[in-house]
Amino acid sequence: MAPALALIGLFLIFPALWTVYLGMTDYRLTGLAAADPTVVGLENYTSILGDPGFWRSLRLTLVFVLASGVLGQTLLGFSIAWALRRLSGPVKSVVETLVLAAWVVPSSVGAFLWLALLDRRAGTLNALLGTEGTAWLIEHPMAGIVVFNIWVGTAFSMLLFSSALNGVPPSQMESARMAGATAWQQLRDVVLPNIRAHILTNTLLITLWTFNTFTPYLLTAGGPNDESAILPVYIYRTAIPGGQLGMGAAISLIMLLINLVIALASMRVGRERRRRS
Amino acid sequence: MSTITTRGLVKEYPGGVRGVDGFDVTIEDGEFFALLGPSGCGKTTLLRSIAGLEAITEGTLHIGDRDVTNAQPGERGVAMVFQDYALFPHMDVADNIAYPLKIRKVPRTQRRQRADEVGAGLALHGLSERRPGQLSGGQQQRVALARAVATQPEVLLLDEPLSNLDARLRLEARTFLKVLQRDLKVTTVFVTHDQAEALALADRIAVMQSGRLQQLGAPHEVFQRPVNTFVASFIGSNPMNLVTTTVTQAGVRLGDGAVRLPETAAGLVAPGDEVVWGARPEYLRWSVERLDDAVEARVEVVENLGASVLLTATVGDHRLQVVVPEEDAPAAGARGWVQANARRSLLFDPRTTELIG
Repeated sequence: MAPALALIGLFLIFPALWTVYLGMTDYRLTGLAAADPTVVGLENYTSILGDPGFWRSLRLTLVFVLASGVLGQTLLGFSIAWALRRLSGPVKSVVETLVLAAWVVPSSVGAFLWLALLDRRAGTLNALLGTEGTAWLIEHPMAGIVVFNIWVGTAFSMLLFSSALNGVPPSQMESARMAGATAWQQLRDVVLPNIRAHILTNTLLITLWTFNTFTPYLLTAGGPNDESAILPVYIYRTAIPGGQLGMGAAISLIMLLINLVIALASMRVGRERRRRS
Repeated sequence: MSTITTRGLVKEYPGGVRGVDGFDVTIEDGEFFALLGPSGCGKTTLLRSIAGLEAITEGTLHIGDRDVTNAQPGERGVAMVFQDYALFPHMDVADNIAYPLKIRKVPRTQRRQRADEVGAGLALHGLSERRPGQLSGGQQQRVALARAVATQPEVLLLDEPLSNLDARLRLEARTFLKVLQRDLKVTTVFVTHDQAEALALADRIAVMQSGRLQQLGAPHEVFQRPVNTFVASFIGSNPMNLVTTTVTQAGVRLGDGAVRLPETAAGLVAPGDEVVWGARPEYLRWSVERLDDAVEARVEVVENLGASVLLTATVGDHRLQVVVPEEDAPAAGARGWVQANARRSLLFDPRTTELIG
């Protein structure tokens, strides 16, 4: 126990507390305040909450999480799992391998692939669509990182839902078929109620991961004009290029709190569900 | 009218394996019909083909006057109770029973009312708000039955209806099923591997092996005049004694002696013919004194069946099983005489395994 606690303390609790402390200083990357930061209390927080940039970033993050995580990855992952359910043999393995490849490719490599695909001059997409000269990541930066993140993360939902669908008793599906239920009615009345717990787990994990992902920075660097600066990117740009480490720490703490709220809320929903059944 | 008629019905799986291989049967309106056979004989495949859950490869299937060979499961007027009951765990009892009505867009209040009605007829009073997980096995089965009959189907299919119940409940449920079927007068087909269940419930039994029909008949026909040695050994709580031997002037050779020639085989065999002699343990008589046309035997094992005992005795090189009333039970090692009932024993052809008489 003791060594484990020491490690947790060293690598989790201490950095968290250090972030709390930093968030209340004017610590900077360079200059006077870097050598001798002073405690400024809640000043960082008041200035963050009064900064339209922060609110905009929070709004972008929300859109990003909803569009790419909750909607995109969940729906696409479920659809692929549902479609693969009846397939077998080579088609199934090919699709699974392709989807999994997107997940296991290192994010820097994945980002490079997407840059090559979306490039203005020599991009594959422009060649395919005949839209020579379209700068996708400048014209549609949010759409760009949303699609990219769906591509990266769908494999997880697909795997999770595949195993969830395997757990749905075939006789229940057949009972619904005997009653004359259409495919949609079978999905609504038998499949979804049977995999509710999996949907909840999937949503929680995907929300947290998407909320915290920094990889979209590799595509758009938050630009143009902060149009794709989701919170992790916003923090990075505040703290490192911007040099305001204290301010960055303060925003990080706010993110940590949001994470906590998401996790607690979904655990509560899960408990509620178990209690009722 | 809801007879079920299959003509040359074949279900072939990819790879050429035939689950059902050319099945012809007409199941009468209101009949309680059993598909009986060992595991893998195709009985469940046939039931699922009638349900529409398996696509029929060849042949036709009619329900009443309608050709439903290629109809969707929901369009056949067929309801099915699955072996595991397949109740929806997230719906209460009333919603489970009324699910087929929901698909038919019956308004909710009417649905609940119908569910209560059907539930009451199946001894489910006061359980309509419960979830399936809160019910006993017998109650779950009755909910599944209620869901199946709520829409008044033309045909009711039951897949191993009693196999998920414990032994005691099974007998109770068996009687319940028989009464329910008689009251509803719905054409009912059920699948079972338990011959006792088939004998007890069915008006007629189809005995199957390897996807093919072996024998079709009323329980007493299948029990007393099995058409071949497979049916003979499959039917009956204690398997039929089957002895490969020869016909003699005195009857049928058994050890050093002979038993009487079965009455129905008289004139169909001649002395010297090789035959398989078959007699059910219940139709053999045990005696400590010498009887006419009896063979001498030595008791090897005595198994108590409650009101009777099952003897395993050796006659020459053969083993015979005999059911004896409990008060006449001999001890292991005792010697005595076995007499066969000529009206209740049969001869089979050892090459074709088919009944001679």
